[in-house]
Amino acid sequence: MDFALPDEVTMLRDLVREYVRDRLRPLTMQVEEEDRIPDGILQEMKDLGLFSIPFPEEYGGAGLGELGYCVAFEELGAVNAAYSNIIGGHCGLCGMSIALGGSDELKGRYLPRMGTGEILGAFALTEPNAGSDAAHIQTTARRDGDSYLLNGSKLWVSNGPMADLYTVFAVTDRDQGAKGVSAFVVERDTPGVTIGKIDEKMGLRGSRTSEVFFADARVPAENLIGEEGKGFRVAMRTLDGGRMSLGASCVGQAQAALDLALEWSKQRIQFGQPIASNQAIQWMLADSEVEIHAGRMMVYHGAWKIDSGQRASHEAAMVKVYCSEMLGRVVDRAVQVHGGMGYMKEFDIERMYRDARITRIYEGTSEVQRMIIAQDLLSGD
Amino acid sequence: MNVVVCVKQVPDTTARKEFLPDNRINRAAVENVINPFDEYAIEEALRLKESQGGSVTILTMGPPSAEDSIRKALAMGADSGVLVTDPALEGSDAWSTALVLSRALARLDYDLVMTGMESTDARTGLVPAALAEQLKLASLTYASRVEIADGKVRVNRQIPGGYQEVEAVYPAVVSVVKGVNEPRYPSLKGIMAAKRKEIQKLGFSDLDLPADSAGKTGEKAKAVEVTPRPEKPAGEVIRPDSPEAAAGAIADFLQAHKFI
Ligand SMILES: Cc1cc2nc3c(=O)[nH]c(=O)nc-3n(C[C@H](O)[C@H](O)[C@H](O)COP(=O)(O)OP(=O)(O)OC[C@H]3O[C@@H](n4cnc5c(N)ncnc54)[C@H](O)[C@@H]3O)c2cc1C
Repeated sequence: MDFALPDEVTMLRDLVREYVRDRLRPLTMQVEEEDRIPDGILQEMKDLGLFSIPFPEEYGGAGLGELGYCVAFEELGAVNAAYSNIIGGHCGLCGMSIALGGSDELKGRYLPRMGTGEILGAFALTEPNAGSDAAHIQTTARRDGDSYLLNGSKLWVSNGPMADLYTVFAVTDRDQGAKGVSAFVVERDTPGVTIGKIDEKMGLRGSRTSEVFFADARVPAENLIGEEGKGFRVAMRTLDGGRMSLGASCVGQAQAALDLALEWSKQRIQFGQPIASNQAIQWMLADSEVEIHAGRMMVYHGAWKIDSGQRASHEAAMVKVYCSEMLGRVVDRAVQVHGGMGYMKEFDIERMYRDARITRIYEGTSEVQRMIIAQDLLSGD
Repeated sequence: MNVVVCVKQVPDTTARKEFLPDNRINRAAVENVINPFDEYAIEEALRLKESQGGSVTILTMGPPSAEDSIRKALAMGADSGVLVTDPALEGSDAWSTALVLSRALARLDYDLVMTGMESTDARTGLVPAALAEQLKLASLTYASRVEIADGKVRVNRQIPGGYQEVEAVYPAVVSVVKGVNEPRYPSLKGIMAAKRKEIQKLGFSDLDLPADSAGKTGEKAKAVEVTPRPEKPAGEVIRPDSPEAAAGAIADFLQAHKFI
């Protein structure tokens, strides 16, 4: 048992922490107001290698594994959630679906350029009629010679409007249910692929989501990820890693909210003393500290499990539901500690409260995670 | 162009410092980082390597934990590192630090030695010149611009109110000021590559020095007393009613303090 992070992960953490403090923190309000991350900043992040953290080194990735990826997400949690959302859609979902399920040829074709950020990825699973019930998607892929024709529409695709390629899930055999779903890499400039309007969201400003439509979009058969009918498995394995890193981002956001609450509780004087001298405030701070620690340990454990080659779907579901709900409680307390100030746009905490809400919904709602956990329990796995 | 950069690990500048009974900083109690001035030296050396070819070696004297700072410099792109570490070196002052570094340098192949202009913990700024003296090399301090041409190193040497243009044949010792460049962040590829780069370790016995020449026993400068910096008095807050009044208040303030 060793709880120390490997040296290279510590260096990665220090790098991201420094970068966040010096370059990203000063931009938090600007990103929020303009609803975009400046291109120059995205380029800097790509140059640092932040778009390649979990990709294997033989495909030009940083090779820092799920643990490195999670630790970076924890640090990114200190600023607008858009950063980790963009990298999450690109690396953790689109890239890793190729890395986990794709042929060597497919990996060689896309991962190196994704790692440098030359091309940006997105993950298109959700549809208007299939959210939690992802196995019932309606987009179809019909074999036609040495290619497939894709038809259907995808909803709320993170990075959708900017992406150069999409991991798209489509039905190849309607009768097989979840076993009839296949995954494809679809390039943006494929004729028949169009982008819908950019969604107006509650938070996550700076990260763009949109619909993506497919009308007889012709995709070469080599772009099938793995085999026909294995798409749902690819999705679930990819989401294991995605949920782990999402949990990490929740831990980082929660830590940032606690840090702000702590600072404010020492500064704000009421009844002649800092509000931190009241036990009511102290308990909120203490509860948050406890829960953040628990979440962090769960994330590191789950990431370690993935990096050591074990399946971690059960852990990923627990990390996802615990960390996202933990964040909800911590950020809510942080607003409470700030009083009216916490409701004001000029304070970071107001944005953090809105940014946090999505984490209980996407990549599988809290309810879906509990379904997975309970099914594992009841099936005796 | 082979450059050796002398890098010191220092307590994080933003951390509150604690002192040991013998008036030395308690380095174990704080987070330690690369001396910020040395980051400029590393960056300058990396740029020379990129434009001229050659290599960058990081040379550090310090406790075993100073290896972290060398590792970070390797992640930025330096090629190899040398850590001089020995309990016998603890408490070395500026002169004996320069002596030790000069002996370590004798084992290395270099065209230029670069350092930051001073360290943020002791701030004597003595080591670069003392090092040049030990090595019998030209000393070009406070460089705000460094250029290699015709077998010479030319620098703009910052002085109050301007700069001097100074040149010397190399090898030479160059110390750089803040702002000579914008130090890069290590990249993730650099971090992974740093894992595979070599850090050579030297002890006191590798340096061929008399026993009383370094560490506490070799001390030529003695810290007699440490006094914490007085707390800054709270500033005065003025709340003018209009932008015009605010501008007036700022102008008055600047004038009163002879800034304008
Ligand atoms: C900002 C944003 C970004 C997104 N990015 C992406 C992306 O990049 N790629 C992508 O594919 N998708 C993305 N999504 C979609 C997201 O993953 C889905 O919204 C999510 O999976 C939930 O699906 P739904 O919204 O259809 O909710 P529904 O499935 O309609 O669920 C509504 C409610 O019913 C509950 N519920 C449903 N079924 C059950 C059940 N059996 N038992 C108990 N409760 C149940 C749910 O938990 C939820 O509370 C994104 C969504 C948003 C908002």
